[in-house]
Amino acid sequence: ASCVQYRLVVRDVNTLRILQLYTCLDQIQHIEWSSDSLFILCAMYKRGIVQVWSLEQPDWHCKIDEGSAGLVASCWSPDGRHILNTTEFHLRITVWSLCTKSVSYIKYPKACQQGIAFTKDGRYMAVAERRDCKDFISIFVCSDWQLLRHFDAETQDLFGIEWAPNGCVLAVWDTCLEYKILLYSLDGRLLSTYRAYEWSLGIKSIAWSPSSQFLAIGSYDEKVRILNHVTWKKITEFEHPATIANAKTIVYKEVEKSPSVETERLSFPPTRALASSLFSTQSKYDISQVPVSLQYIKPVADRANPKMGIGMLAFSPDNCFLATKNDNIPNAVWIWDVQKLKLFVVLEQLCAIQSFQWDPRQPRLAVCTGNSKVYLWSPAGCVSVQVPMEGDFQIVSLSWHSSGDSMALLSKDNFCVCYLEREEV
Amino acid sequence: FVAMGDWKTLTVPVLSSDSKNIFQYTSEKKVSPPSMNSQVLRLPLPSSKSMHSFFSAFCTEENIEQSISYLNRELTTLGFPSIYAESKGKELNLISIINCMNELLVLQHKNLRAQEEVEMQHLKLGSDMDHLQNCYAKLKEQLELSKREIVGLQERDRQLQSKNRNLHQLLKNEKDEVQKLQNIISSRATQYNHDMKRKEREYNKLKERLHQLVMNKKDKKIAMEVLNYVGRADGKRGAWRTDKTEARNEEEMYKVLLSDYEQRQKQLLVENAELKKVLQQMKKEIISLLPPQKQKPKERSEDGPVLSDLEEDIGELNKENMWELSCETVREQLTNSIRKQWRMLKNHVERLDNQVSRVHSGALNEKDVISREDHELETEKLELEIQQCKEMIKTQQQLLQQQLMSPCDDDTTLLLQDCYLLEERERLQEEWRLFREQKKNFEKERRSFTEAAIRLGLERKAFEEDRGAWLKQQFLSMCTDYKHSENVTTPSAFLGSSDQDNRLVKSTSQQRKPHCMLSGPVSAEPCQTSQHITCNSSSAASKKPAGDSKPNQWVESDKEETE
Repeated sequence: ASCVQYRLVVRDVNTLRILQLYTCLDQIQHIEWSSDSLFILCAMYKRGIVQVWSLEQPDWHCKIDEGSAGLVASCWSPDGRHILNTTEFHLRITVWSLCTKSVSYIKYPKACQQGIAFTKDGRYMAVAERRDCKDFISIFVCSDWQLLRHFDAETQDLFGIEWAPNGCVLAVWDTCLEYKILLYSLDGRLLSTYRAYEWSLGIKSIAWSPSSQFLAIGSYDEKVRILNHVTWKKITEFEHPATIANAKTIVYKEVEKSPSVETERLSFPPTRALASSLFSTQSKYDISQVPVSLQYIKPVADRANPKMGIGMLAFSPDNCFLATKNDNIPNAVWIWDVQKLKLFVVLEQLCAIQSFQWDPRQPRLAVCTGNSKVYLWSPAGCVSVQVPMEGDFQIVSLSWHSSGDSMALLSKDNFCVCYLEREEV
Repeated sequence: FVAMGDWKTLTVPVLSSDSKNIFQYTSEKKVSPPSMNSQVLRLPLPSSKSMHSFFSAFCTEENIEQSISYLNRELTTLGFPSIYAESKGKELNLISIINCMNELLVLQHKNLRAQEEVEMQHLKLGSDMDHLQNCYAKLKEQLELSKREIVGLQERDRQLQSKNRNLHQLLKNEKDEVQKLQNIISSRATQYNHDMKRKEREYNKLKERLHQLVMNKKDKKIAMEVLNYVGRADGKRGAWRTDKTEARNEEEMYKVLLSDYEQRQKQLLVENAELKKVLQQMKKEIISLLPPQKQKPKERSEDGPVLSDLEEDIGELNKENMWELSCETVREQLTNSIRKQWRMLKNHVERLDNQVSRVHSGALNEKDVISREDHELETEKLELEIQQCKEMIKTQQQLLQQQLMSPCDDDTTLLLQDCYLLEERERLQEEWRLFREQKKNFEKERRSFTEAAIRLGLERKAFEEDRGAWLKQQFLSMCTDYKHSENVTTPSAFLGSSDQDNRLVKSTSQQRKPHCMLSGPVSAEPCQTSQHITCNSSSAASKKPAGDSKPNQWVESDKEETE
């Protein structure tokens, strides 16, 4: 599904044929599929309206109006029948039910990046609240929205919460002014606290490993610390220096190939394609010899939210690799081997990394850097793929299909779907 | 009277002059062989006129007596015999004088030598002194230098220490500053927090106000329009929230947690069991590696039996159901025992390492050292051998290749073959020559033999004729004498002889006949039977050995032919 201004276009994944077309009242800011893929919600923040469309019954409609309360965020509940709207100024979270048309309110939600977290199995929801300058966590049962637990979080200013994939541990971390991460069990007990250091800027991003064994914490000091789930103590820390000296690390460097115009192409190309192929430079990966020094950027010291530290963390679905990005070295993706707890591969790109995402099925990483190429890495090697399009297609973000066979590449105005062929065994 | 102290060194020349005077004196008194004395007097003494003047200074004509007596006194005090004669008076004993002089001379020589020695030693000591003084001067210089160095080093040391102190001070200052800054930061942080809280409270108040206003406004606006209700995802009906549901929720939550914990515990148990197994295996292996130390527990004091008991217990526990026991004591025992064994193994390995290092230094355990040296020598020898063998193999290979290579070349092979053929041909030619020579020889012999045979035949003929004639005569005589019947036997004798002769002739003819019979095939074929050879040998003397039967045969055949 994709939205264009106020229209919602639903296409088939394999053929990209338009299946449905819906019109909304206003410009759509956010769309989300329900968990059973039967409904799509379209949120229009300016108007404070959420419209829900059904795929099964195209003429079924639903509109939720928040009125003067305004709308800041909207999302589905895991059962696909409730919509949670966050009103303006984070006054409250309204839970609308599609089945019963009933409304529930959650008061005092925390105005932070990740204030709501659902467990993977969709049973419980954790909401961060703030009352009287203190942070609280409420755990709700998603089936009947009953408050299960309510406890206070010992954070100064809660920044985010995230459930472990096994649904039993909730990680709560503090603002970047304070390096503190708290681990609560499902029933609200504090399991452990971890503080790496004081005073410097703290946690920037965290990621749970798919088996819930490890919790990777990326911080502003360019290090990733890994905690284990048994003792909740740090087992190792990964450094991201600008010079890679270890001989066992493979460094792939993206190198521009001189554009080669093949003679067969010259015979019948449409001029546009030829021009585009000339302008868009091909690139390939070269293996650089260690020691390699990467481009290091020291951010301006007097600005808030400096571009330093570990900004992106992601575990591979088989729990073997961890991909990180150090914002001080924006052109490189660092891939760590989780089994050996060592740096495995570094991908050095020509442009700054915009985003990366693991294939949901296998250890394959797709990286986009804002140009018209998508880069794929797997333990077998890495490849740079050019999006065959006329003109510029600057990939800003990408998203894998859950089967791992295709991925959607998004630029500002367009998107395309990249299909990956499976090897015939 | 002149002072006597200075005259010591001049005793000799004085004596000489004295003796001169004495001689003059004595010549007046006594009879002494003047010639000897004059000779004595004419001894080459480098007496200069000054000496004479000295001499005259001591003893003049006036004080001869006194000087003599003085001399006598001196000499006697020195231990010499008196120069006066036995009897009192002024008679001088010349012999004693001379002896005294001699003694004095000897003494003088001795003294001179001693003086020389003393002077030598003096020189030596002087040079030693110089040397020592030089050394002393040098050492003093060195001492000065080192003192100056020490002073310099001390100065440097002081500078470095002061620098060190400065740096320490700086470090301390920095640390203090850091501490101060941290304190400042913390105070600022608390201040900010306080301010933030204040602002948040204000903000909350505003939010509340806003909320109230929003809620008070037309509620209708906040509504949800749904075409129709959607069924629940799981198809169930919505239920009311009651306490029961609450309890159920709690239960479910706890169930979830418990299941998670149980799963983790299972994993940990499995891991634990594996680790225990590994530990046990390790323990067994360690025990097997260690040298048997059964005596040790006995040697220990009271701990001995206790520990062995423990070990026995552990041994018992090392059975299969070990991992089922997970109580504290068992675990501790296992880890302790493993630690102990590991320590023992470590000690053992350290001891071995020490031994090896000692061997390397070469102190103890000569056997190993020697064997190592031997080993090295042997390896060197073997390497040499290998080198030699390799070289040999190389050369052989080369030769082989050459040989193999040569047949490939046709010309060379032909040449070679030709060479071989030439060689053979030459050999054959040689043999031919020899053979022909032999043949010639044999022919010569054959000819000679044939001639001899012819002669023999002729002679025989002649002999036969003679015999015949003689027989005739005899017969005639016998016939004439037949009337004389006395010589009956003689003709038989003669006949016998003639018979014998005839028999001989017959035999020879008989002998010849088989020759003639056999000679036919003989000429055709060279092969002969041994019988023939023997016959040949009996009839004709062949010089050649039986190996070459051809010439014999040919001789025979020729013989037959001639006959």
